[in-house]
Amino acid sequence: MLKEGYVRIPSGCAISGIIDRTGRLFSGQSIADSIATMHDRSNGLGGGFAAYGIYPDFKDYFAFHMFYDDLIAKQETENILKANYIVALEEKIPTRKTAHIKNAPLIYRYFAIPRPEKLKLSELDENEFTIKFVFNINSNIPGAYVFSSGKNMGVFKAVGYPEDVANFYKLESYKGYMWLAHGRFPTNTPGWWGGAHPFNLLNISVVHNGELSSYDTNRKYLEEFGYICTLQTDTEVAAYIFDLLLRRHGLPIELACKVVASPLWKQVERMSPKEKILYTNLKIIYGRALLNGPFSMIIAYEDGFVAINDRIKLRPLTAAKKGDMIYVASEESAVRQVCKNPESVWIPRGGEPVIAELIRDNEKEMYSTKEVTA
Amino acid sequence: MSLSYLTPEFKVLRDYDKCINCKVCMRQCSFEVHSYDEHLDKMISNDMNCVNCQRCVVLCPTQALTIIKHPQTFKEHANWTYDAIRDIYRQAETGGVLLSSMGNDRPYPIYWDKMVINASQVTNPSIDPLREPMELRVYIGRKLDKIEVDENLNVKTKMPPQLKLETPIMFSAMSYGSISYNAHAALARAAEELGILYNTGEGGLHEDFRKYGKNTIVQVASGRFGVDREYLNTAAAIEIKIGQGAKPGIGGHLPGEKVSEDISATRMIPPGSDAISPAPHHDIYSIEDLAQLIYSLKEATDYQKPVGVKIAAVNNVAAIASGIARAGADYIAIDGFRGGTGAAPKRIRDNVGIPIEFAIAAVDARLRSEGIRHTVSLVAAGSIRNSADIVKAIALGADAVYIATAALIALGCHMCQKCHTGKCNWGIATQDPNLVKRLNPEIGYKRLVNLVQAWSHEIKEMLGGMGINDIESLKGNRLMLRGIGMTQKELDILGILAAGE
Repeated sequence: MLKEGYVRIPSGCAISGIIDRTGRLFSGQSIADSIATMHDRSNGLGGGFAAYGIYPDFKDYFAFHMFYDDLIAKQETENILKANYIVALEEKIPTRKTAHIKNAPLIYRYFAIPRPEKLKLSELDENEFTIKFVFNINSNIPGAYVFSSGKNMGVFKAVGYPEDVANFYKLESYKGYMWLAHGRFPTNTPGWWGGAHPFNLLNISVVHNGELSSYDTNRKYLEEFGYICTLQTDTEVAAYIFDLLLRRHGLPIELACKVVASPLWKQVERMSPKEKILYTNLKIIYGRALLNGPFSMIIAYEDGFVAINDRIKLRPLTAAKKGDMIYVASEESAVRQVCKNPESVWIPRGGEPVIAELIRDNEKEMYSTKEVTA
Repeated sequence: MSLSYLTPEFKVLRDYDKCINCKVCMRQCSFEVHSYDEHLDKMISNDMNCVNCQRCVVLCPTQALTIIKHPQTFKEHANWTYDAIRDIYRQAETGGVLLSSMGNDRPYPIYWDKMVINASQVTNPSIDPLREPMELRVYIGRKLDKIEVDENLNVKTKMPPQLKLETPIMFSAMSYGSISYNAHAALARAAEELGILYNTGEGGLHEDFRKYGKNTIVQVASGRFGVDREYLNTAAAIEIKIGQGAKPGIGGHLPGEKVSEDISATRMIPPGSDAISPAPHHDIYSIEDLAQLIYSLKEATDYQKPVGVKIAAVNNVAAIASGIARAGADYIAIDGFRGGTGAAPKRIRDNVGIPIEFAIAAVDARLRSEGIRHTVSLVAAGSIRNSADIVKAIALGADAVYIATAALIALGCHMCQKCHTGKCNWGIATQDPNLVKRLNPEIGYKRLVNLVQAWSHEIKEMLGGMGINDIESLKGNRLMLRGIGMTQKELDILGILAAGE
């Protein structure tokens, strides 16, 4: 049977996200408790977390989290890594022996910055340089996989139920201002650790519940911009599309959301002349970046996260607010498990994003939908 | 003149119990098959002239007529077939090139029929287009790499000109001359009603149809018939016709007897003169010459109209298409070897060119590998027979399709392949005023609208089944296709997996 990455596997899932918009750090226990509530939405074949703000001591370094099948893969990867990066710290990611997590690969992390001379030679900025490095390792070194490559953040994932994964990685010992979680229900059993969510590239992480009917269209569109989809997972293309729109094309997050869940033409017809021009352009230029098919997903980036559904809302998503804390999850139970008395709970409509960003001086009001009481 | 060795191809069966000698068949047949024998007081038929267009069959008020393939055969021979022998008789009699019409009728594999379409089950809900929104609108034209907006979300980038299609179907090029005034009237009006476009072909644009300019693509072909500034600026888009699937590599010839006053005015040539389209454009001998013509046309229309290029699907189509995209074309129309025609040398029609399925897959893959696919639109043509063919064409990488044979069939064409005779009994491929008036454009346009609407409904149903609610998400989505009964090589070229994989 083909390993994941060589075959495309649809899956159902549970997702959850929590942010403290003041930037205050809190332990990973909350998110673990939240996702554990939705145990029945996963089947033990994948769970994972993304944690932002966990590496303040190395906040200027790319934090590479790696899976290695064997020491050869590790050696080959490190040769490339160290030729291109100055590594400030390398270590095994601390784990705890647990009954339910088996067949763990070698799991390492490296805090690194590109070697100035290499960066200069490449004529790329450090992000592009790092993306190239990540694609290179993931496509060319058998048995090595970079599963996290952002700064001051990290992804932790495994084959198992999410609560077991949290336990395995000792998440209660990390403190972050923003957390994402995912429990996976893939429809067959290759059980590859890299296939678990979140999917990450630089500072963008995605957890995703759904199946993209537009996968092949999206993938081919991305390939034209140099992205290499190595995993054949829907989540991977979602992550790259956000990277393309946010980082490379410089779109504001609101507009990026309107690309992946674009308004219908008949809605565009009813818009003001200015908006009509904007959305007509957006739909024409980015038609093949529309994410079609059922999904609810949370996309985290440096400033916060956005939770969004497909435009006809074929997967569940609930949002809640209490003070500066914003919660989003597949089910309301997952919010109430960790936030007993939310000020408001609502169900965002299809295609309408819930954007929760860190509070800044020139603060944008949190963009949310007309509230529909849950 | 020696004895003709040809025997009738079809046989007219008349049920004399039903025939009432009304002579409708006689009056309807431009090929003069039927006549009334006063002595016998009955209708008789000259099978030799019958082309099986079935005009008489359909109009006979008592259903007394049936046309069958003539039972006369040669001694069976797997190599020297009926057609092979008769073609030799014909050429030995005339010394001429064999002419035929409509598309390649040889039994080449039809790859559309070797592909099947995906549908959602369990993991991905199918969508009911009657209850949920389903978008079929596409824009044909050069797309930008990215949008740029200022802080107030004003769009800073300028979108190149686009053609808006409410469904990804256009009526392909058929010139006034090859088809009748009434056929053009029906196509133009249907295009307007459907929010799509029709294509004038290379015969110019009749004055009466200038009012449909927003729904018109005008062609600039090697004969440059009817091309002037007004022609270019009236249209929504301009298409440079390099080649045609039915006859790649050769030009066209409208005989002088068909160049009536009206056609002469539309084509801007003297009445009665032969209208010759040379094989190549004599100002395009290379890709850089094409770029010059593209930009000449853009200059002439102030960069307000998309300029497309139509080519026949030939061996090297992917590289040619890449060159065309880089030469500045806004869209590329690719016409497969089954594409129709009003007249073509039979040997060329039946032997030159490649299937559209392979061509569109190869071109899409090539443009993607060069990172320029999103900058240009692709239109697939050359025998799109139904909505499933359209879904497959778009999944292979087309942005929209051209239909022409299907549109003519909707207007009444019975595929007798005798367009080149100019005697079309259905009033489509003829300039004989008595025949032309048989095609009522009022009815014809409604039949075209019905056809395209029916196909659009079917496309929506298939999209919904795949869990897709926007045709954009089908473009190049080859994972939605699987192949049956193909070699690995064929699957690889189409870029699809085998059924079961």
